[in-house]
Amino acid sequence: MKCRYTFGGDEHLFVEVDEAMSLEAFFVSLAVTNAVRDAKIKGVTEICPANASFQIKFNPDLVTPDNLLGMVKEMEKDAEKAESKLDTRIIEIPVWYQDPYTHETLMRFRERHQDPNSTDIEYAASINGYKDVPSFIEAHSSAPWFVSMVGFVSGLPFLYQMVDRPRQIEVPKYLRPRTDTPKLTVGYGGCFSCIYSVRGAGGYQMFGITPMPIYDPEQKVRYLRDFMVLFKPGDIVKWKPVDETEYKAIVEAVDKDDFEPRIRPVTFDLEAYNSDIDGTNTKLMEALNAD
Amino acid sequence: MPIKVISAGVLTTIQDLGRPGYYHLGIPMGGAMDRYALRCANLLVGNDEGAGCLEATFMGPELEFTEDATVAVCGAELPPKVNGEEQPTWTAFDVKSGDRLGFDYLRSGARAVIAISGGIDTPAALGSRSTYAIGALGGIEGRPVQDGDTLPLGKNKAPGRTGKSVAEKLRRGPGTGDVTLRMMPGLYWHRITSESQKSFLADTWKVAMEADRMGYRFQGGKPLEFVERKQPFGAGSDPSNITDACYPYGSIQVPGGTEPIILHRDAVSGGGYFMVGTIISADMDLIGQLQPATPVRFAEVDMDTALKARHDRQQSLEEVRKLIN
Repeated sequence: MKCRYTFGGDEHLFVEVDEAMSLEAFFVSLAVTNAVRDAKIKGVTEICPANASFQIKFNPDLVTPDNLLGMVKEMEKDAEKAESKLDTRIIEIPVWYQDPYTHETLMRFRERHQDPNSTDIEYAASINGYKDVPSFIEAHSSAPWFVSMVGFVSGLPFLYQMVDRPRQIEVPKYLRPRTDTPKLTVGYGGCFSCIYSVRGAGGYQMFGITPMPIYDPEQKVRYLRDFMVLFKPGDIVKWKPVDETEYKAIVEAVDKDDFEPRIRPVTFDLEAYNSDIDGTNTKLMEALNAD
Repeated sequence: MPIKVISAGVLTTIQDLGRPGYYHLGIPMGGAMDRYALRCANLLVGNDEGAGCLEATFMGPELEFTEDATVAVCGAELPPKVNGEEQPTWTAFDVKSGDRLGFDYLRSGARAVIAISGGIDTPAALGSRSTYAIGALGGIEGRPVQDGDTLPLGKNKAPGRTGKSVAEKLRRGPGTGDVTLRMMPGLYWHRITSESQKSFLADTWKVAMEADRMGYRFQGGKPLEFVERKQPFGAGSDPSNITDACYPYGSIQVPGGTEPIILHRDAVSGGGYFMVGTIISADMDLIGQLQPATPVRFAEVDMDTALKARHDRQQSLEEVRKLIN
């Protein structure tokens, strides 16, 4: 993997690790951005890892663009030798698929969709070769997902499906973005799933909604008291399909601040994952459900 | 003693110099669209350069003061009026307790920064008072100013600089005629054909109605043609799609190759659209002063020119500091 370096104006260094998404590219991005953080370079103000690329914002009065470029290129060499191993956590996210909230929204924006005569999830199931929506939901929710980027707005996670490539779900984004998306919509675009942290515009297909807040600027939700954003790159997510009754029970528990998400510590090793994806996932699920 | 908001105008938000450090989580820097105007306005009223101010879009608010204060309005030409009497822009003037501060209609520019001695003293979120409405951060309970709000003022007032003014040559606005925005091609510039690279720089674009703190959209230039390729895995099927990546502030994305969007202070931090390059830091303030329908040309510059322009902007600010202090 050979990184492509380009400046975003006089304040950003943008680095594309690979044009295509892969966990290998993600781990290079993570290793180099971690090295940049550890180096505490004077003048670096933002360090942003992304799926298969990363960006560093800097003050050119404090570090010259060429000096920064040289330093980061050196770090890329070391990153190639770094172990792709991560102490992280697995988080269970309840999802009410085909809920009435996202359904109402998707019906309002039908003319911006590829297939106005079906719903987003029916369309996604069909173009990915599933016989019906339940089997598509099974595919979306059975294997875990890897948080390969946090961003767009306020703590929104991009999630990469942990299955071999032929089984990965791919869908296009809306033809024209919607002006509205319900808060906590579980969406899909390209090869990424996401959770919309706040209400707003969006172009991803909408599959369902989670009752579990992932961003709380007031920091009142118990598990967001330390920091207002739940996710960080490297987190692993497992969707848990829930029905209306369970969804409403969790919403009520969150309101009473009585909801504790299931989160367990795990180690992720890219090499072990690549040699046995399903075996790795089984171990992750055991860790999630051990107690 | 607070300021009473009689009328908030179209969109008035509390802004300072923003909250860098959280872009990796999708929380943008925010802060005044025209940072130079904010610094000048604060200097004129004796505040720290980064004190909390009001940023009024297209139309001014109406405010009632409950204590004496010094006020300055910089950025857009939005003439302030005290009890109906017009006051100069880019100039410190006095307001007495009980006075009403209103505004005449907008003459040029798009956003006026209103600084008040003491600074607006709402609680900071992640180190800044700037309003980021999408994420409900800063401002007043995470939102813009509304009719009936009260705005607390800081206690630390420096001696008044009443009558002091920023010299005409040190003021910056869009002026008349075409506006030139300098950009450094890069990022995914190679994704479009050399003909499209030429037309992008040659065409005149107009600011669209969708022009806000998140981004400015432009229309009217020729659609861009893409270099053919098999779309990489994860990017999505449209030739303008990339594997979702970070977006620099000032980056110019062109969804579908049709309408460029320049991301500004409340930028989305990333996404799946390719970008042709980035507006240089010295020209970001200017974008915040563009009204819809303003004709704009993009001019290609290199890093050295960008750094020289940045230095020139800093020199202007240094002159303002010397004149006022």
